[in-house]
Amino acid sequence: MSFLQLTQGPLWYLASAVFVIGVAWRLIGLLRLGRGPDRSVARRSGVAGALKAIALHSVPHGGNLKRTIYHFVTGYGFHLGLFTLLFFAAPHVAFIKGLTGLSWTPLPRWGFLIAAEAAFAGLILMWLRRMTDPVMRRLSDADDHIATWLVFIVMLTGCLALQEAHDSLRALHLLCVEALMIYFPFSRLMHAFTFLVARAYTGATYGRRGVTP
Amino acid sequence: MKDLAETPPRKIDTQAAIDRFLAACNSHVGAYLDACIHCGQCSQACHFHEATQDPKYTPALKLQPMTRVYKRHKAPLSGIKRMFGLVPPELTAEYLQETEELIFQSCTMCGRCTEVCPMAIDVASVVALSRQAFVAAGLGPADLLQAAENSRDKGSPLGLTPEVLRDRIEWLSDDNEVEIPLDRDKAEVLVTVSSIEMMKYPDSIVAVARLMNAAGLDWTISTKGYEATNFGVLSGRSDIAKTMITRLTDAAESVGAKLLVIPECGHAYGAMRWSGANILGRPLPFEVLHITELVAKLIRDGKLKLKQAAESVTYHDPCQVSRRGGATGAAREILAAYSSDVREMTPSGNHNWCCGGGGGVQAMASAAALRHAVFQIKINQVEATGAKTFVSACANCRLTMDESREVLHWPREVQSLVEVLADRLEG
Repeated sequence: MSFLQLTQGPLWYLASAVFVIGVAWRLIGLLRLGRGPDRSVARRSGVAGALKAIALHSVPHGGNLKRTIYHFVTGYGFHLGLFTLLFFAAPHVAFIKGLTGLSWTPLPRWGFLIAAEAAFAGLILMWLRRMTDPVMRRLSDADDHIATWLVFIVMLTGCLALQEAHDSLRALHLLCVEALMIYFPFSRLMHAFTFLVARAYTGATYGRRGVTP
Repeated sequence: MKDLAETPPRKIDTQAAIDRFLAACNSHVGAYLDACIHCGQCSQACHFHEATQDPKYTPALKLQPMTRVYKRHKAPLSGIKRMFGLVPPELTAEYLQETEELIFQSCTMCGRCTEVCPMAIDVASVVALSRQAFVAAGLGPADLLQAAENSRDKGSPLGLTPEVLRDRIEWLSDDNEVEIPLDRDKAEVLVTVSSIEMMKYPDSIVAVARLMNAAGLDWTISTKGYEATNFGVLSGRSDIAKTMITRLTDAAESVGAKLLVIPECGHAYGAMRWSGANILGRPLPFEVLHITELVAKLIRDGKLKLKQAAESVTYHDPCQVSRRGGATGAAREILAAYSSDVREMTPSGNHNWCCGGGGGVQAMASAAALRHAVFQIKINQVEATGAKTFVSACANCRLTMDESREVLHWPREVQSLVEVLADRLEG
């Protein structure tokens, strides 16, 4: 079995299983912790509050944009770039088609370049901020740096493998992706899912009070 | 700030803190602790960070004591992570002492950080639960805890016993020629008081009485349950929190009240309106309104007639009434009836800056210097409006601001919204 076959076969299935089971385990485990009923008389709907909070916390509000503009620009640059690459880079579209049979129009090369530049710039700028800003330095731990570097390496190897000129580069990219997938459920990368739960809980609590925090 | 290390050594029960943290880790709290991405944006919304620019006051750091316990003992997959040594270290007495200031002196539980958090983490609720764990361990500021014990033993944090309440109501009633009903057998409305008002700002009580009488309400104050402030909630003493809620509930039930009115006190409103039924373990059999909500309703219903003033006024929103209470609009309705020149601070309403003394911080002598530093934000806000009159609807905010303005030599008066309103009553 070649290195590429290993990363496309057994390692891929192992990483996928860890990712799916791990994420599900964490989310179900979190929800199973439960919470007591809120016996206060609601002023407004908690469900509407949850939905509003999920939407509203995607953008700065409450007059805070100026204060958080760096995070807003770099955060959106990175996340939009990353998800555009993940779902619309030509090799990924082909990979998804191979897995699921589903297919859609991939990004043209210029689109790929813009998305990649936004993702790299956002990630690097966020990490620089983490290393230099006194608040972020104080908050950051090993998980923050490991997650950042893993994502960076995955994106870098992805770019190297773009031309599909060398199997070893594709295999290296896949290996890095698999490492990220295995690390994901154990790490703060889980915020990709838990952000919905946190926003919904706060939104529901304050929505009942007639406030959208 | 007073050096916390100067306090005498305390016996710290770390296991009690761990147990309390674990009991508090429900799905709600777990979601918050899992979702924090350490971006630090919350620091931009915190008045303690704003006033000092010290990163140690970053709200996300206040999650960390509970996060340690949750991620070590209770978080899903923590068992596997523990096998590889990837969980946080166990809580220690030293760590609890190091983080004590974050949980008590430097958090007013104002909720401003939640607004800016991309995950919408409600840091204030985690701090409230964390206080319970710290207190279980034997930590927490002595003066805050004493205020809670005074509430349990004497009826109020400031020594407002039922006898003192009776005496002061008699005095206020006589001196101001206003009827203040006390211990009526039956009444539609039970009015509660804040001992801060009764002991330091008694004119507020008179003003409330004038408004209630002018509207023709069937009301009373009760010596069975009168203290609206709840230092049990603020100090992390859940047993005392329940005692205070039970007293008010029993008093309201005994007079058959359909409405319980919370005076000008922010946290008292949150404690009774939003936490009361949950602390008590059953729904409250009466409606709870903040005094501003009631007065706004009375104005709306035409039961209070006011002579509108022309002088400019600005309003400080108590965090627990507005941002965390949802009664932001009530004060605006009152202000519109009071003056034709209402000048909002920037920011105001649900986005206001805290006075610096909420969450029991007002009662902590060790937090005084920090509070005063924070008050400069409010001074700047008020001055920018150019308004002549500066009002609020929380006696705790008022006391905090009065103390700080004296220290900072700011020559403005902080007035009570109900007091200025009562002065504008027609007839």
